[in-house]
Amino acid sequence: MRKRNSLKYLSVMTWLTAPLLLSGCGSALMDPTGDIGQGLKSLIITAFGLMLIVVIPVIVMTILFAWKYRGTNLAAKYTPNWEHSNVIEVFVWAIPAVIIFFLAILTWQTSHSYDPHKPIASDEETLTIDAISLDWKWLFIYPEQGVATVNEIALPVDTPVHFRVTSGTVMNSFMIPTLGSQIYAMAGMNNDVYLEANEIGTFTGRATHYSGEGFSKMLFDTHVTSQEDFDAWIDQVGQSSETMMFPEDYNELAEESIDNPVEYFSQVSPDLYENLIRSFKSGQDSHGSVNHGEHNESQEQSTPMSAQAAE
Amino acid sequence: MFGKLSLDSIPYHEPIIMVTAAVIGIVGALVVGLVTYYRKWGYLWREWITSIDHKKLGIMYFLVALVMMVRGFADAIMMRTQQAIAAGGAEGYLPPHHYDQIFTAHGVIMIFFVAMPMVIGLMNLVVPLQIGARDVAFPFMNNLSFWLTAAGVVLVNISLVVGEFAKTGWLAYAPLSELQYSPDVGVDYWIWALQISGIGTTLTGINFFVTIMKMRTKGMTLFRMPIFTWTALCANVLIILAFPVLTVTIALLTLDRYLGMNFFTNDMGGSQMMYVNLIWIWGHPEVYILILPAFGVFSEVIATFTKKRLFGYKTMVWATAAITVLSFIVWLHHFFTMGAGANVNAFFGIMTMIIAVPTGVKIFNWLFTMYRGRIQFTSPVLWTIGFIITFTLGGMTGVMLAVPGANFVLHNSLFVIAHFHNVIIGGVVFGMLAGLTYWFPKAFGFTLNEKWGKRSFWCWLVGFYLAFMPLYALSFFGAMRRMQSYEQAEWQPLMIVAWVGAVIIALGIACLVIQLVVSVRDREKNRDLTGDPWDARTLEWATSSPPPKYNFAFLPAVDSIDSFWEMKQQPGGFKRELATKFEDIHMPKNTTEGPIIGVISIVFGFALIWHIWWLVGVSAIGIFATYMFRIFNDDIDYHVHADEVERTEREYHKRLEMQA
Repeated sequence: MRKRNSLKYLSVMTWLTAPLLLSGCGSALMDPTGDIGQGLKSLIITAFGLMLIVVIPVIVMTILFAWKYRGTNLAAKYTPNWEHSNVIEVFVWAIPAVIIFFLAILTWQTSHSYDPHKPIASDEETLTIDAISLDWKWLFIYPEQGVATVNEIALPVDTPVHFRVTSGTVMNSFMIPTLGSQIYAMAGMNNDVYLEANEIGTFTGRATHYSGEGFSKMLFDTHVTSQEDFDAWIDQVGQSSETMMFPEDYNELAEESIDNPVEYFSQVSPDLYENLIRSFKSGQDSHGSVNHGEHNESQEQSTPMSAQAAE
Repeated sequence: MFGKLSLDSIPYHEPIIMVTAAVIGIVGALVVGLVTYYRKWGYLWREWITSIDHKKLGIMYFLVALVMMVRGFADAIMMRTQQAIAAGGAEGYLPPHHYDQIFTAHGVIMIFFVAMPMVIGLMNLVVPLQIGARDVAFPFMNNLSFWLTAAGVVLVNISLVVGEFAKTGWLAYAPLSELQYSPDVGVDYWIWALQISGIGTTLTGINFFVTIMKMRTKGMTLFRMPIFTWTALCANVLIILAFPVLTVTIALLTLDRYLGMNFFTNDMGGSQMMYVNLIWIWGHPEVYILILPAFGVFSEVIATFTKKRLFGYKTMVWATAAITVLSFIVWLHHFFTMGAGANVNAFFGIMTMIIAVPTGVKIFNWLFTMYRGRIQFTSPVLWTIGFIITFTLGGMTGVMLAVPGANFVLHNSLFVIAHFHNVIIGGVVFGMLAGLTYWFPKAFGFTLNEKWGKRSFWCWLVGFYLAFMPLYALSFFGAMRRMQSYEQAEWQPLMIVAWVGAVIIALGIACLVIQLVVSVRDREKNRDLTGDPWDARTLEWATSSPPPKYNFAFLPAVDSIDSFWEMKQQPGGFKRELATKFEDIHMPKNTTEGPIIGVISIVFGFALIWHIWWLVGVSAIGIFATYMFRIFNDDIDYHVHADEVERTEREYHKRLEMQA
């Protein structure tokens, strides 16, 4: 009896897991608000489904074999010296190989189509936002609009956004879960991700890579708005009395703070983002001190990653 | 005089730590008191501490692992409790300063000081017996490896009470682990605990590689080795190739922190991407170092308890070898989101998926071993069946993470946490606990209590699913790893379910402890004199339990895969007959240098952590001098006289006859 119970529990456990995996419906990743997120959602579901082709039979076979060939079932066939079968061997290599073959094709294609560095084709002009991770808040710069914020952004709906991402401190990762891909923020390096929001609303963005004490509260609101509301929001930011001049204001902001309130800056020094990246190449300990004699390096800086350069 | 160390380094104001320290102190004092009362110090020193016997070292490794599992699990349940409370703006009971140390310590302890010692302990106990050898190739080095691992364990535990542990996550990513962002001693504890124990692990890798290659008994060709030995061989190849990378990476970080160099700093040309690459070039093979021997355990268990040959032995070996090679070309899948180009990401993603093929083949081979077998549902078999189902699910989520596009949204989330616990608990832990139950009678001469073993299994299995399935679900809502608190109150119910799961796992651990206690109490009832309680197939069961220190009075000759099983199938069966003439047996002598170097290594590490430079010098000289003493000591071996061998064997046979 005990054995029978054991097997029953096993099968119950198995069926409990599947719905839990799918219970993400209505969540940030399963209910995305941007095309990239939408694509990645179907990618996840496709990969999941492809693998179920082999995973479900394996689980069923495990329970079936365990039940049928239990030691007390003397009616079942018993072949103690059977150890090889060419037919089975071919199948056990071929089935996973075929599934992985299709997954590999899918992987190759989606790695390219969802490459975070790839611009999004659109009739709308792409908006650029610079995201700088600090301890422990996000500084956002709208270089074209000449304004900056802390821990809040707005973007017009259906407009591609080019996030340029770097860090003024330790490594971090920039992500707005409902929109899609995240990308690492690393000091001295320019990384980027293209995203587009297709639904109006407010969505939480966050730091996803552990960065120290204030990490858990490194969140920011992302307001996806109509073009008019976006312009109004930019105006509102532009009316702030605060400015973000590099390096003075920046250094002040870069001091450690947890759960930093939203801040607006009506003026930003031009090329703050580039200057911050360059400051880590100056060979001096203080980030604020910029060596202006190194403009010839800017070409090199625009190449985000060594890995990409190697391609 | 004391470097950075002062009385303020002890966290008096943290009640949790102080109570823990008090409990450790009381238990420690109790153990020391009991050993003294029963006058067992001499016994401990002669029979265990200085022992070069691979079986005893294996037992000591496993003991350390079980003790550290309790410590690591205490961290786990504190984290689960914190996340079950700290919802919707609540702060919970652990401030970030403490919480961040706990998740770092949990990861470090579970991988380096629980999983690794379990795997290495099992290899120590089993591999020489399975290949029909009398010891490992380098017995002194084996003892030294253990004591270096123990030194790492001690340093990690000292960090609980003196100073603090790292707050960087278990891999101490630079630049967070650099002096600028982590000026405290936490990262230094991490550095020296891993560096010292890592050297021990590297030595173990070399030791077992040479042992398996050079010390197999007559007739045991590579393709007649038991599968566990094969997986151990591959794991040791991985150790030899991967651990030096860890040593160098930590050494470079040490140069940054101690000598102001800039390998991984933000500025002065340092490269944090290099750190991440290097640590994962070690880190990915590391998970295969853990899982391959677990695969080996399941292979032995399933063949033994289905009373059937393992299906597809050769396939199993080649699949293991394929995984060994592939494990070195997948490391970048740990950071697809770093921003490498599409071609690089796609390459590493596809390489990772390819590993699923040989792994899938292994799963099918276990299934077809069960097919047309006679399965006895002992607790090792339950662990194995639980493993096959759980690991298959874990493998599936692993492949999902290996698709770069999917990884862009799943990376750093609780999905990753759920995935690797899915494969490490469902694979490594289940495997090691199956191995513990399976080989315990070989080590001690009596079997473990099955009732408590099965209870432990069910608690672990149910606890695992309750604790980690909610984390998969939460990851879809944007829940990240390493959150000390979270704003979304709607995540709390699932976090509480996960907490319940952790509590059930705690019951599983309690059952395990009760199982050990009950089994020792009833040891006479569960005594196994035959040396072969499971009617098993491989050579380790051909000798008595526990085996004599020389393992085999005469080295067995082998002419097939399941050699011991074949011996038993001969007409007339396998008889444990007493030989008429015995020979002297050449054996290594115990060593005092191993434990001494181990203890001085603790002092050495501690002095470096606290910048007590004079003590660094003194202890370095101490280690060097002890080592020189060992090198110039020629009195390291002896012969067990034929008379003594005969006496031992006669005694064993007398007991066998009495039982008959």
